[in-house]
Amino acid sequence: MIGDLLQGLAVMIWKVATDQPDPKTDFLAVIPAGIQPVVSAVLSVIPILIVFPSLFALTTLLERKGLGRIQNRLGPNRVGPFGLLQPAADGLKMLTKEDIVPRDADKLLHFLAPVVLLVPTLLAYAVLPFGRNLVPVEIDAGMVFFFAVGASTELSIFMAGWSSRNKYSLLGAMRAISQMISYEIPLIISTVPVIMLTGSLSLVEIVNRQEGFLFGVLPRWHVFTPWGFAGFIIFLIASLAESNRSPFDIPEAESEIIAGHLTEYSGFKYALFFLAEYLGMFAMSGLAVTLFLGGWRAPLPFLGEVPGYMWFLGKLMGLVCVFIWIRGTVPRLRVDQLLNFAWKFLLPLSLINLVTAAVWHFSVGWSFPGALPVRWLICAAMVAAPYAGLGRALTGGGKPTRRTYRFAE
Amino acid sequence: MTVIFAIISVVTLASAVAAVSLRNLVYCALCLTVTFAGLAAFYLQLGVPFAGWAQILVYVGAVAVLVVFAILLTRSGDPVAQPILPGSRSTGLAVAVVIFGLLLAGIHTSRMARRLPSRKPEPSVRSIGTQLMTRYVLPLEAIAMLLTAATIGAALIAMRETGPKRSDGREPASSKTDHAPDHAGGEHTK
Amino acid sequence: MLGEGIIKGMAETARNFVGSYHDPLRLTTVEYPEAKIAAKENARNFPFLVFDGDDAMKGLRCVACQICEKECPPQCIFIVKDTVKKPDYIGKMQVQPKIFNIDISVCMSCQICVEVCPFEAIKMDTSFELSNYDRFGGLLLDKHQLARPNGYYHKIHAIEAEEVDARLAAEKAKAEAKAKADAEAKTKAAAAAAAKPPALAAPVK
Repeated sequence: MIGDLLQGLAVMIWKVATDQPDPKTDFLAVIPAGIQPVVSAVLSVIPILIVFPSLFALTTLLERKGLGRIQNRLGPNRVGPFGLLQPAADGLKMLTKEDIVPRDADKLLHFLAPVVLLVPTLLAYAVLPFGRNLVPVEIDAGMVFFFAVGASTELSIFMAGWSSRNKYSLLGAMRAISQMISYEIPLIISTVPVIMLTGSLSLVEIVNRQEGFLFGVLPRWHVFTPWGFAGFIIFLIASLAESNRSPFDIPEAESEIIAGHLTEYSGFKYALFFLAEYLGMFAMSGLAVTLFLGGWRAPLPFLGEVPGYMWFLGKLMGLVCVFIWIRGTVPRLRVDQLLNFAWKFLLPLSLINLVTAAVWHFSVGWSFPGALPVRWLICAAMVAAPYAGLGRALTGGGKPTRRTYRFAE
Repeated sequence: MTVIFAIISVVTLASAVAAVSLRNLVYCALCLTVTFAGLAAFYLQLGVPFAGWAQILVYVGAVAVLVVFAILLTRSGDPVAQPILPGSRSTGLAVAVVIFGLLLAGIHTSRMARRLPSRKPEPSVRSIGTQLMTRYVLPLEAIAMLLTAATIGAALIAMRETGPKRSDGREPASSKTDHAPDHAGGEHTK
Repeated sequence: MLGEGIIKGMAETARNFVGSYHDPLRLTTVEYPEAKIAAKENARNFPFLVFDGDDAMKGLRCVACQICEKECPPQCIFIVKDTVKKPDYIGKMQVQPKIFNIDISVCMSCQICVEVCPFEAIKMDTSFELSNYDRFGGLLLDKHQLARPNGYYHKIHAIEAEEVDARLAAEKAKAEAKAKADAEAKTKAAAAAAAKPPALAAPVK
């Protein structure tokens, strides 16, 4: 019995590693029929629970070292070779810190807030296709599910801010919630062109549509189309804002508002919030990879032998590195700058992107000579012109001038 | 199937009762959110995943946040000493039972209750979309008009609260960030 | 165009990131305590006593004149003269200190003791790793702990040490020249005294 189980497990792992279909069936055949659904679900969930928290640990180290190098300094390099054991040290520190709950705090809400944040964030991973046959749950309305659980996380920020009975927490929570709901609209609308042009809400279907190579070299990913590129950029910016990351980290900026809604959290609860924020970032990056960057597909035809989940993870980590890069570059936005940016810039651009995608879709049938460049030019102009125009209008048209000092020179 | 239905209905009803009877307004709002989630679970159980997830996206993600914002901005979250509406509990219970009986009678004698559960395939998102665009396009446009009017009204109210436009034509910042610090400073200093 | 600044900024940070692996200007971290930044010429921390030669106590330049003790603003120097004298670098017998203590928990590194010392005996050290488990006794340095060779002085303040050495050598040369001139004058006087009586006896004949 045990031998059969282990053999089934080995076969399953081999099938997953080599991108073969139906990896779970052999293992499930050994399990009694009554508990098969439960075991199947557990088998899908355990890899996610192992991989993504490890990625979280790796990302905290990568971020500290990356930011350090950007800032002309070394990151942590004392704990283990090249600081590789730093996440372990951080984890130990968080675990052994005292868990302080303020005396006047609403204990139930204070306790539930990290839970309410973490559970929907982990749920969001259920619909991402990690590899060719590796999607935990194939839901027809996968995108709606993803955004639904993403929206549920806003309540936990309110719970955290309110229950702490602290004016900084309350202010931080209000700002955080208004930031999140403002950026949710460009986030969702920027993904609608993908849905429109794929004709399906299922993420597996969307990745399947991005197959093939243009001229044998350029993959047919959505990012390599004008509307896809614009949608990708808007999605990236909005997902930075959704996960409260620089430059949109007003809710948790230490120099501004102590730690915003997280002020009264210490020890393991803080670690859970931190974990949930990074897991949310990974989920958003995973969705961006799925929608725009071709999911688990390889970028060049001859690289198709490498298993799909390696490409997915590689692209995910690439996006995470871009996020770290942006964090090291751009200063924090003020809250009114942030909200103006969402409502006055990103929202109109994403709506115009919808029209661009519609033009792209209806011009597929053009067959006069030179149709492809013309289509590209028209759609690119439809994306670039509002961007430049809106940018000029909102910034008053001025270029940043050289600063003159009255006394220093 | 029945067990799941029983569990979901118990959760939904309990949270709905809690939402109207708890003293702490924030707890009421959160129990209302649980009620919304329970309704979404019903939709999922009935085989319409789109409606279920859209229910969570809209109600839990937006309406609950709206309720929460209202509590945050009006500072009425502190527990009240006595219930808002005085009155005996038995009268309320009696009214509730009567209304429930009327609704039950109405549903049972309608045509819908006598139809057998059909074996039609579950509606896909595509079919919902097609119906919205062909048969129900007028209600869709009417709802869109309503939402637009609500948005414009909210923007107008917010603008009027912060005063007239500045002389150089720039609009004043949103009222949320202006009024919050006063409230926060006032209520939470002990 | 909107976004141009961010793109330029990201290019600059990318340059920083890549440069930090091969360009020392873009990674200015010095991993203390494995590596230390070399102290500058004018750096100073707490005083030390210079000695010439190999024996610390015999070569100490300090002659216990107690000028630094009197000039020290927080009065952190404590000197007790010794009754035994020792020869200095010129050869003259000089007083030496029996006890020379500096309390570095009081010393404010003002360098006044260095400025007033006529014998170039006390100079400023640059070492700062002086932590001690004993807050009172451990931070009271006696003359054995304060003594450092002249080579060490050259190492930490090269230019200053060269000047001091040049000055001391000039003094020594002057003293030697004076001594030689004195000796010559003495021998001349002695020779003159020895040559005088035969000269007086000559005119009698």
